[in-house]
Amino acid sequence: MVDLINLVQTLTSPHPLDRYLELVRPTLTLRDMRAEITRVRHSAPGSVTLTLRPTRQWKGHQAGQYVQLGVVIDGVRHTRCYSPVNPEGGRDRHIELTVKAHPGGVVSPFLYHNAVPGMVVDLTPADGMFRLPEPRPERLLLISGGSGITPVLSMLRTLAAESHRGEVVFLHYAKSPAVLPHRAELDAIARRHPNFRIELRHPHRPERIDPGAPWIDLARPKGSGYFDYDELERVAPWFADAQTYVCGPQSLMDAVRKIYQAEQWDDRLHTEEFTLSVAAADAARAHGTVNFSASRVSAENNGATLLEQAESAGLSPEYGCRMGICFSCTAVRRAGCTRNLRTGETDSDPDQPIQLCISAPVGDVDIDI
Amino acid sequence: MTILTETESGPLVLSREQIEELGRELDELRAAIVADLGERDREYLYSIIKAQCGFEIAGRGLMYLGFLPPFWLAAVAALSVSKILDNMEIGHNVMHGQYDWMREPGLNSRVFEWDTVCPADQWKHSHNYLHHTYTNIHNKDRDIGYSVLRMDEAQEWNVLRLGQPLYAFMLMMLFEWGVMGHDLEVEKIVRGERTWPEIEQLILGQWRKAGKQVLKDYLVFPALTGPLFFHTLAGNAAANLVRNVWAFAIIFCGHFPTGVQTFTEEETADETRGEWYIRQMLGSANITGRKLFHIMAGNLSHQIEHHLFPDLPASRYPEMAPTVRALCEKYGLPYNTGTLGKQIGSVWKKIFKLALPPRWVKSEPSPGVIVMRQRKASEAGV
Repeated sequence: MVDLINLVQTLTSPHPLDRYLELVRPTLTLRDMRAEITRVRHSAPGSVTLTLRPTRQWKGHQAGQYVQLGVVIDGVRHTRCYSPVNPEGGRDRHIELTVKAHPGGVVSPFLYHNAVPGMVVDLTPADGMFRLPEPRPERLLLISGGSGITPVLSMLRTLAAESHRGEVVFLHYAKSPAVLPHRAELDAIARRHPNFRIELRHPHRPERIDPGAPWIDLARPKGSGYFDYDELERVAPWFADAQTYVCGPQSLMDAVRKIYQAEQWDDRLHTEEFTLSVAAADAARAHGTVNFSASRVSAENNGATLLEQAESAGLSPEYGCRMGICFSCTAVRRAGCTRNLRTGETDSDPDQPIQLCISAPVGDVDIDI
Repeated sequence: MTILTETESGPLVLSREQIEELGRELDELRAAIVADLGERDREYLYSIIKAQCGFEIAGRGLMYLGFLPPFWLAAVAALSVSKILDNMEIGHNVMHGQYDWMREPGLNSRVFEWDTVCPADQWKHSHNYLHHTYTNIHNKDRDIGYSVLRMDEAQEWNVLRLGQPLYAFMLMMLFEWGVMGHDLEVEKIVRGERTWPEIEQLILGQWRKAGKQVLKDYLVFPALTGPLFFHTLAGNAAANLVRNVWAFAIIFCGHFPTGVQTFTEEETADETRGEWYIRQMLGSANITGRKLFHIMAGNLSHQIEHHLFPDLPASRYPEMAPTVRALCEKYGLPYNTGTLGKQIGSVWKKIFKLALPPRWVKSEPSPGVIVMRQRKASEAGV
C-alpha cells in the first residue's frame, strides 16, 4: 500500500497525493488523518461532548492517552490536545471527546459553539505514556480535577467494560456537581460495579445537589474538602498497594505528588500535566530562560530577539534578512510564549514555527534549534 | 541625513523626517492588512489550489486525446495554466511565508515545493533573502540581469554582451533551468569563492528535484498514454515552455522596465526601515491589467506592493495599491506602472540597447529618479 502511494506520488510530485484527494472529500486523505464529527452533545453546562469518526488511519487509543485535534478558526488552523473519554478497545472505531469551554480560550469555545455533525477536523494518532498498564493492576486509584477528568474517565470506563474484579476508586473534584459531564455513565458504572467506588468533591459548593446519586457526593467530608492525606486514607486505605493516576489542575497534582513523594511511593503515581496556554503577564520585562533544545544550550532571557540571543549563546542558526521578510530563520517554538516585535502580538501555542529575527521571548521558551 | 531625488521636473529632497513618516504610513497599511487576514484569504488560496489541481488533471487527461490537434492544444493550455498557477500565485507566494499565519502544515514556507525544477530551499535563499533584502543593490542582488545579462548602465560592458538578446531569449525559453542554477552563483565558482562541498550540496539538491520533474513530465506521464508517448512528451514540454515564457515576462517586467532604479552598497549602507521602503518602491515596477491577469501573474504584477510587503498574501496587493500610489504622489516619488505591452517592450529595448558598447548608445537620463543619498547635507552640495 505504501509503495503504491509512493508510486502515485511520482505523478503528483512535488505535491503529496493528499493535496488532490482532500479536494474531493476532506476525509479521503491517505496519509493525513482526519475525523468527522458525527454527534454533538452539550452534556453539562459549559462542556460539549463530540463523537468523532476518524479516517481509516486511526489505530485506536489506550485509556488515558490523548489526541491532537486541529480546527480552522478564522482561517487559522489551531491544534489542541484532548483525551478521549470513551473506553479503549471499542469495536465501532469512534472516539468521544469532552471539551470544556474555557472563557478567553480559542479552540474550546469555538468547539462549544460551532461544532456540528459533519464538520471535519484534523486528528493525530493517540499518544502519551499516561495509560492503563497491561495487565491491569489489581487496585486502582483514579484522581481528577475539573477538565482533567477526561483521561481517567476513559480508564474508569475501560475497567468497567472489562468487568475489572479488583478495587477501583474514582475521586473527582469539580466546581459543582452540575458541571460534571458524563453523570449518566458514572451513575451506571456505580450501580453495576459494587467494587467501583465513585466519589465526587465540590468544595466550592458545599450543598449536596444530588442526594439520590449512587455515588458518594460529599461537598466537604471533613477538613478543607481539598485533597490531603486524611482524604486519601479515607477513600482508599489500600492506596500503598495501588497504582494511582492523577490528572487535574496544578494545585491538585502538587498535593497528591507531595504525599507520594514523602512516602516514597513515586513509582506508583502516574500523572498527566495539562496546561492551558496562558497569555504573557508582562511582555515588556525580560525574564525567564531561553532553552535552545536541539543544541542543549540555555541562556537567561535578556530581552533581545531570539536570533540575537541564540548567537550570543554561541549558536549559529540560519538567518537571512534579519528584518522579518525572508523567513530564513524560521524555527519551531516547542513551548513558551514569544512576542512578535513587528506586530507586538504574543503567542504561546506549542510547536509553532516562528521567525527568530523578529521574535523575543516572554518568560521561559523552548526553541528547537 | 537627506535623501535627494531628482525627477524630470527638478530635484526633490526628502528630509529624514519625511522618509520616516512615509515608513510609518506604510507600516500602518501593513498592520491594517495583517489585522484583517483570515477566512477570506484562506478560501482564496484554496480556490486557486482547487483550480490548479483541476487544470492539472484536465491537462493530463486530455493528453489521452492528444492525437487530435484541438485536444492536444487544450491539454497543453490546461497544463500550462496549472503550472503557472502552481509556480506563481501558489508556489512563489506560499514560499514567501505569505500564508504561514494559517498554520496549515502543507502550506508553510518551510515545507512547500513547487512544480518546477528549482528546489524550494535554494530558491528561497536567492530570492527571499538575497533579492528581497538587497533589492537592486549592485553586487548584492544577483537578480540584476541574473549574472547573465547587462540590465543596468552601471554594469560593465564587454564584447560578450553583444550576444545578450540571444542569451535573454535562451533564458526565456529555459527559464525554470535558469532559476534552478541561480543559487549556484556560478560567477563565484569561477572566482574560486565557493567551496566544493557547498556546490556539491546544491547540485545534489537540484539533481534530486529536477530528476523527479523530468521523470514525471518526460517519462512517466508519456508512458501512461502508451502509443501517444511522443504526443504527450511534446505536450508536457510545451506546457513547461509556456510557463517559462510567461514567468520570464512577468518577472522581467518587475525590475527591468525603464525608470527602475539601482543602487550601490555605499548608498544603502545602514538603511533605516523608511529608506528600505523607498528603495523597494524605486526598484520595482507594476503591470496594469484585469483581475484574471493579476491572478495569472501571481499578483507579481503588483511588484511594488510585493517588494514593500513580501510576506503579505499577494491577493491583497490590489487593494493596497491605491494607498501606495497615493503615498508616492504625496512624496513626489514615481510609481512605475504600465500595460504588459509597454513594460515588456521597454524591457526588450533595454536588453538590446545595453548589449551595445556604451559609447554607441546615448545614455538616457532616466525619466524616473536618480537617488543620491548623502550622509551629510554639506557633502550633498545643497
